[in-house]
Amino acid sequence: MQDNKVVYPYIPNSVPEIKAELMREVGVTDDMELFEEIPEDLQLKGKLNLPPAIRDEYSIKKHTEDILKKNINCSDFLNFIGAGCARHFVPAVCDEINGRGEFATAYGAETWADHGKHQALFEYQSMMAELLDMDFLTVPTYDGANAAASSLLMAHRINGRKKVLLPRTMDPDNLTIIRNYLQSVHQENALEIVLIDYDLVSGLMNLDDLKQKINSNVAAVLIENPSYLGFLETKAEEIGRIVREAGAEFIVYTDPISLGVLEAPANYGATITCGDFRSLGLHLACGGGVGGFIATFDDMKYMQETKDLVDGLTETIVEGEYGFATTMIERTHYALREKGKEFTGTGTNLWAITVGVYLAIMGPKGMWEVGDTIMKNARYAAQKIAEIPGIEIKFSNPFFKEFVVNFDKCSKSTADINRDLLQLEIFGGKDLSGDFPELGQSALYCVTETHSKEEIDRLVEALREVSR
Amino acid sequence: MARDKNTLLRDFHEARWDEPFIFEMSVPGERGVLVPRPCEEVASQAGDVIGELPEFIKRKTQPQLPEVGQMRVNRHYMRLSQETLGADVNIDISQGTCTMKYSPKVQEHLAARNPNVTEIHPLQDPSTMQGILEVYYRTEQFLKEISGLDSFSFQSGGGAHAVLANAYIVRAYHADRGDDKRDEIITTIFSHPCDAGSPATAGYKVITLMPDENGYANLDAMKSSLSERTAAIFITNPEDTGIYNPRIKEYVDAAHEAGALCVYDQANANAVLGIARAKEAGFDLCHFNLHKTFSAPHGCMGPGVGALGAKGFLQQYLPVPRVEFDGEKYYLDDNCPNSIGRVRSFLGNFPVVLKAYMWIMQMGADGLREAAIISVLNSQYMTKYIRQIPGVVIHYAEGKRRLEQVRYSWEKLKEDTGFGTEDVQRRLVDYGVQHYWMSHHPWIIPEPFTLEPCEAYSKDDMDEYLSILRQISKECYEQPDLIRNCPHNAPIHRLVKTELNDYEEIAVTWRQYLKRNNK
Repeated sequence: MQDNKVVYPYIPNSVPEIKAELMREVGVTDDMELFEEIPEDLQLKGKLNLPPAIRDEYSIKKHTEDILKKNINCSDFLNFIGAGCARHFVPAVCDEINGRGEFATAYGAETWADHGKHQALFEYQSMMAELLDMDFLTVPTYDGANAAASSLLMAHRINGRKKVLLPRTMDPDNLTIIRNYLQSVHQENALEIVLIDYDLVSGLMNLDDLKQKINSNVAAVLIENPSYLGFLETKAEEIGRIVREAGAEFIVYTDPISLGVLEAPANYGATITCGDFRSLGLHLACGGGVGGFIATFDDMKYMQETKDLVDGLTETIVEGEYGFATTMIERTHYALREKGKEFTGTGTNLWAITVGVYLAIMGPKGMWEVGDTIMKNARYAAQKIAEIPGIEIKFSNPFFKEFVVNFDKCSKSTADINRDLLQLEIFGGKDLSGDFPELGQSALYCVTETHSKEEIDRLVEALREVSR
Repeated sequence: MARDKNTLLRDFHEARWDEPFIFEMSVPGERGVLVPRPCEEVASQAGDVIGELPEFIKRKTQPQLPEVGQMRVNRHYMRLSQETLGADVNIDISQGTCTMKYSPKVQEHLAARNPNVTEIHPLQDPSTMQGILEVYYRTEQFLKEISGLDSFSFQSGGGAHAVLANAYIVRAYHADRGDDKRDEIITTIFSHPCDAGSPATAGYKVITLMPDENGYANLDAMKSSLSERTAAIFITNPEDTGIYNPRIKEYVDAAHEAGALCVYDQANANAVLGIARAKEAGFDLCHFNLHKTFSAPHGCMGPGVGALGAKGFLQQYLPVPRVEFDGEKYYLDDNCPNSIGRVRSFLGNFPVVLKAYMWIMQMGADGLREAAIISVLNSQYMTKYIRQIPGVVIHYAEGKRRLEQVRYSWEKLKEDTGFGTEDVQRRLVDYGVQHYWMSHHPWIIPEPFTLEPCEAYSKDDMDEYLSILRQISKECYEQPDLIRNCPHNAPIHRLVKTELNDYEEIAVTWRQYLKRNNK
């Protein structure tokens, strides 16, 4: 059978006979008559200049796999990069559920026909609420940085103040995202961002600097716990007291996988908890597996200031049956356009469903164990690395899964060490020398439950070798 | 049993599992999965890591998560998925403006399962991510050609987010020129709400143009709104009504004359692929939703990508890092002093970009054009027959050919029967299709519904959908009882309240539900 006419598998009506029939139906003889409303001078002359198509499924798969083979992945090499995107164990059921076509290809429809989607999102919100020991979450936003930025704007709307204090130790990339978000066309409408210094020995926030900078113009103070640089902010309780006494919101940015063993920020004074849920059942995917959450207490003052969609549990006409309905839709730009709280849109809901699956399958015991494993593995790694002559662990304070390794007493820069580690098939920790020059030649190492003793030992041996 | 050959209607019932909440399934002690534990040597060397922490930072009471064995967790979520009608299982013509096209499985599998996607850390040395960077780079070249613009960024996590980033670029552009008066943007009521909401979040005052008697945003109103305060126009074309504004160039020219930038919301560009481009219409910035036009799935609302395009003179403002190619290797460029910086962490949603890359490569130039042609042909075919359904009215643009979608109205049905678009919407699921999209707010067109039979749907799919609409219209006129309490064949029945606003009725988490019900 020879036929020059291409029939596209994803375009059923490209079958010539069907297409001809449809054209007859709508009264056109030429394709371009369909587009008669587009003036000729706006129509594209000629064809798009794109590479020849690869039409068959086998070949496109092969073609793409071949491009991707140019990567070296974290199963090929041993990875110790985290920096807000640590590699964690992903239970197979998480992949199974987010691979379900029903979920993967559904969209924003409300209630009846998508009841299961709404229940899954409700359960995500519910289990996150338990983990965070707070009461209210919407569906998630793009990532932790965007959640932090929105939390700060919430604080501004709650108390009308226009300055926010952030820790100097925070992720500089997240900081630029926040700066963009708090900026405004007119300077007087922007929120001012002030950074609080930290103690170079412990890593902790400098409370004198905080006390000096906090005043009745401060809308919120945000801390990270665990911090970007890994250490635990063990003065968080005191910071919270200072912040609340000043009438500001105390926002804590947290890593949810730590909360099986670490206290929920709500219980040491956080009034808003936010963060990224990427540690909960998602793959690295080159930074694709991220999503931002914001949690508040059961208080309208806070709930009504959230910006993203959420559905709540409600009754149907059948007694005992429940469904889900849009909740406080007037917060959003879907309802009120520019009068909504902030913009909203398609976020990361498939990942939220996945996070729900992860928390359901882990349970309280699993969350405790994973936190315990991470802390022990990371401590073990830091202890072993600290034994290497010329290498030091930077901060004295306890940490969760990341810690700063300093190479100042080696003859090599962090960049050199990472290059040499790469030769030994190891991805060394993120180089901090550009973002935190005061830390000298340092790198941020990340150790999780996915690292075995043998792998940690291999890193230690490699560091010993390359730092000589 | 099969679909009725004459009526094309199905005897459908969606799964109804009466599935409890995961919390109600909890059995103390059950485990869903076991996680790695430190070996003895690690544990003893590390010591009592948690015990040494200050008291306040140790978790005092374990989170009240459910305790459920793995098979039951899996079954629970399988059941919930069965109670969801994604584009994979229904004729998803319903969600107009959203372009619910087929997401090819070869793309889905590769993005979800290939370790060279799933196990890549975004901060790896670029020499170990050449494949990732190549996909970014090549996809950027494709979108440059498809739009005619000069540069693309894939950092934004969705369409509204790309509009926000575009508003940042507008802000940076005028600030760089020392022009601090421009604090207004102009959009149209039939442009997506984010064209108002996102610039407002960036600090802009929003002016919204209403339609004239033909459904076009009023050009005279726009001209009189333009001033030295106008920073940009944010506009869709074709708009949500499916009407293409043939005078779009005049809007763009007028805005440029006033010193404003022109931003094209092409979230849904399905009608114009290979047919018309942002460049020829004179736009400075645009964005495409890769999860709509370029086949990546919608994922119950994300993750997505809003691919943001800019003309040469605005390229300097795009988010960093930029993916560049020096002829031999791909690299990341952070050294862009005028860049707006970042809008999202890392490099954006790579898996979504990968799917778009594979889709464009499979379609080629001819295939993209065919997708546009068939999506418009499909929509015009459906319009021909929907127009004939009792109760339907089509506002505006009489005699004009609309493009890939149409906003219809049940205005007449409402007058005749008292049933409006929400009643019809509720009944759809009884025939196995998803709720249709009515309209963004406010409803300029009364009793609206918006359909988009994109290229993925066959003639038979469309005929079935038409039969369903015809049948429901008939029921509204002849069997009002059937409509009053529908749906009948969905996982649940009709809600008593469809909007929750008061504190007492808000329960978005299990613990709020328990509290509200004194449990």
